[in-house]
Amino acid sequence: MMTLPLTGSQTVGPFFEPGLLREDARRNVLTQAETVGERIRIEGRVLDGDAMPVPDALIEIWQANAHGRYNHPTDQGQAPLDPAFLGFGRSGTTEDGGYWFETIKPGAVLFDKEQRQAPHICVTVFARGLLNHLMTRLYFEDEPANALDPILQCVPEERRATLLARRESRGALVVYRFDIILQGAGETAFFNV
Amino acid sequence: MKQITIGDIVRGDQEVFPPYLYEAYQSTRRRAPTLPLIEVPLTLSELTGPGPAISAITAEDADLTRNAGTGGEAIGQRIIVTGRILDDRGNAVPNTLLEIWQANAAGRYLHKRDQWPGPLDPNFLGMGRCLTDEHGVYRFLTIRPGAYPWKNHPNAWRPAHIHFSVFGPSMLSRLVTQMYFPDDSLHAIDPIMSSIPTEAARKRLIAVYDHDVTEPEWALGYRWDIVLRGPYATPFELPQGEEAQQ
Repeated sequence: MMTLPLTGSQTVGPFFEPGLLREDARRNVLTQAETVGERIRIEGRVLDGDAMPVPDALIEIWQANAHGRYNHPTDQGQAPLDPAFLGFGRSGTTEDGGYWFETIKPGAVLFDKEQRQAPHICVTVFARGLLNHLMTRLYFEDEPANALDPILQCVPEERRATLLARRESRGALVVYRFDIILQGAGETAFFNV
Repeated sequence: MKQITIGDIVRGDQEVFPPYLYEAYQSTRRRAPTLPLIEVPLTLSELTGPGPAISAITAEDADLTRNAGTGGEAIGQRIIVTGRILDDRGNAVPNTLLEIWQANAAGRYLHKRDQWPGPLDPNFLGMGRCLTDEHGVYRFLTIRPGAYPWKNHPNAWRPAHIHFSVFGPSMLSRLVTQMYFPDDSLHAIDPIMSSIPTEAARKRLIAVYDHDVTEPEWALGYRWDIVLRGPYATPFELPQGEEAQQ
């Protein structure tokens, strides 16, 4: 039932930094002292079809809070909001294609009235050379709920591993590594949404 | 220019959205995914999004002619760029964040990787942002950007453009695009603009000169409306199966 034609997408180009990564617009750290939840660091690299780093990508993430509730009016679930957690992150990439976030592990959000989804973080990729942004999800490799997640089941089995962030411990720090491969061997599964 | 469209991965509406692989735009060649995008049902994760929360906490900064903090004013033709943000059913999208960035009047970006010998303007950062009002209207004051030379092919120049980033209400409505100016000879030979599949959809990226927006002895006026996807029904009201994909 569309009435108006959509406005088309164009690449973010190479020079988005002043506009989208100005000091009060970049959001590598999603947590405050009062934020509820298990602290995690997400790290990864964005790589192209030659396995070369993409130094001019922009990564945005969107996630529920530790209780599995989105800070959004459409989420009318029973789980509480966390006033110290917005759930949005934005990171540029460095010369080696690296990006990072400090956040909390999200809780499981609803899929339908009965079923929950496995904990996941929505990941959006913008870059020079991407005429449309790409959307994917980060899942946690050590999460048993992955086996039943309705979205992961849509992904061909041989490609599911591209959506699983690998857990590493660095002292007390829990790091989940999530590389984003735009093209070629190990190409990340992206969603048509 | 001959339309060179390779690959069949197209996000959403094929009349509107470019393919990921568009050979004439060289940067797509090693960055476009080659495997099909995965079809998935929409869930709460896609029907929510950061737009409402981030828009509520972001301060406006909509005068690009004076926001460099130098006390001086940017050089160039002063322009007003205004329009409405709508969803595809024609509803206004109120209180949503727009972020823009652009080259200066000489076509130079303030960025360490832009090193062509166009002059920088110390009074111009080329970035701004604003929120739509309750009727979905946004408004920026800026200067008209110059054409920008790039290395995509010999003697390549991008038409004057302003980059727009818009959130809207959900993940589905997120859009990054570019606004172009009317009567620019570079449109037809620009691979990025040409990546939009249809003439009608390309035309919708071009602002309209509007003399009613123009202010006497102050600034020329341009009008450009943006139409975003959604919002759609709440997830529990969505029909099952393919219709839920919209």
